[in-house]
Amino acid sequence: MLQYDIVVIGGGPAGLAAAIEARKNGVKKILIIERDRELGGILQQCIHNGFGLHIFKEELTGPEYAERFIKELITMDIEYKLDTMVLEVSDSKVITAMNATDGILHIQAKAIILAMGCRERTRGAIRIPGTRPAGVMAAGTAQRFVNIEGDMIGKRIVILGSGDIGLIMARRLTLEGADVLAVAELMSYSGGLTRNIVQCLEDFNIPLYLNHTVVNIEGHDRVEAVTIAQVDEKYKPIKGTEKRFECDTLLLSVGLIPENELSKSAGIALDNVTGGPIVNESMETSVEGIFACGNVVHVHDLVDWVTEESRRAGSSAAKYIKGQIQSNCKTIKLKGINGVRYVVPHQIRLDNIEQTVELMMRVDNIYKDIKFVIKSNGEVIKEVKRKHVAPGEMETIKLDLSKFTPGDCDEMYIEIVEKEA
Amino acid sequence: MEEKDMICIVCPLGCKLKVTKSDISQTGYAVEGNKCFRGVDYGIKEMTNPTRALTTTVVISDASVKRLPVRTSGTIPKPLIKQAMVLINKVEVKAPIKVGEVIIKNILDTGVDIIASRSMCQNSEHEDLLKACFLQG
Repeated sequence: MLQYDIVVIGGGPAGLAAAIEARKNGVKKILIIERDRELGGILQQCIHNGFGLHIFKEELTGPEYAERFIKELITMDIEYKLDTMVLEVSDSKVITAMNATDGILHIQAKAIILAMGCRERTRGAIRIPGTRPAGVMAAGTAQRFVNIEGDMIGKRIVILGSGDIGLIMARRLTLEGADVLAVAELMSYSGGLTRNIVQCLEDFNIPLYLNHTVVNIEGHDRVEAVTIAQVDEKYKPIKGTEKRFECDTLLLSVGLIPENELSKSAGIALDNVTGGPIVNESMETSVEGIFACGNVVHVHDLVDWVTEESRRAGSSAAKYIKGQIQSNCKTIKLKGINGVRYVVPHQIRLDNIEQTVELMMRVDNIYKDIKFVIKSNGEVIKEVKRKHVAPGEMETIKLDLSKFTPGDCDEMYIEIVEKEA
Repeated sequence: MEEKDMICIVCPLGCKLKVTKSDISQTGYAVEGNKCFRGVDYGIKEMTNPTRALTTTVVISDASVKRLPVRTSGTIPKPLIKQAMVLINKVEVKAPIKVGEVIIKNILDTGVDIIASRSMCQNSEHEDLLKACFLQG
């Protein structure tokens, strides 16, 4: 059996940052396992710009952002295996993987960092009626076809979902000569960043239909038409509001799900709101010595946040190997209530916090002029004002815990309080 | 009074700007709602000469994949994007390519270059060669 100090599963932005940070913290034997043919993960197909503003203070494309980390990794001589699929992770930290040259591999790790990212929700997940022709695909899949493989995916296109990938693909396909007829969004607001509505839809006069969903797909061999309709407050289609578009392709940009098949095999406890592992301040999961970071934990909107979170996972895994992590100490449980859908981390072990801890959260609706209130035992710990929050935009709050004296098992709640008019 | 509400697209924050024609301001416009100085530049530019960064791909041979991602080195006027795409789509390059390498110089006389937005090594079975190629970039 192969022996490593740290095995990182996934060579995308999360895995790269975690491995680099672990090396910087003195870990010698590190291995990254990546199932694709190169490192960088989904960033390699995200050829648009806007990455890196927080980390590098400049606007990079996905491949440029990835390349900086890949270069650093290679300079540090960190090992990686490409085209290698991890089949199983056990709770005793044995990894079973396979590839064409080594066959089956068994690897014993002292610590594991899960960085498998997320996957796209499919047609099946949202139950769209109609026939099942070719030409219905997830937006990220289309992105890979167009930007990496160089294959065009259609000529007349309807997009369901206004998340960032859907918006970016609307622009991308228009630039490549397709007609994007409509972007339909079930909610009353877009799930994507506002800047993408401007530069991907408005710039190209692509109509956005809010409160709309797909009610029919026609076509036998290939999509021939897609019908959308307005929905009521209960998301039920309203009769008489149908719009039919003759088209050959329907792109789905209807959400991402953390990819946790391997976490399940290791018996790791998952949060049913995020879909990812329950983690503590060190990004450690419920299985000791197995850490997680990036979109496998919760879906981020900016890769910069993934990098920050993954650095924490990398340095924590290094500490764990050196026996520097306290596990029997006072623990605070964190919970989002009243409009806060979730908070990561889920738990904080106070002895492992130097001073501040960064909380990442998502809200359940668009709110204006609110404050986030963090309370423990009825006492307000911190208040943070926000002019505008939206489900599509992850919020982060730095919490200073140096002056906080907790009980043995405290809970901390984060909620939205709307300002009185 | 000429005024326009817009959303700043310089960074993902997406500040809501209000740009008003102003005779007092040196630039001729007053910008409100921006969280950083770049918002002012954006607001004024959007009123006078809107520009955009363009990211796309070109055909590449001898590499492990078929497309090389490219981008404009700065921003170009919005109305030129279509013409720029026509020119970019005629280009074919050959690996190896280094990130930042100029693919088209001074596109449409904008003073902006089209540059590679990643390095791409010559397709090879040898990992060491790929690593070496990468580090040169």
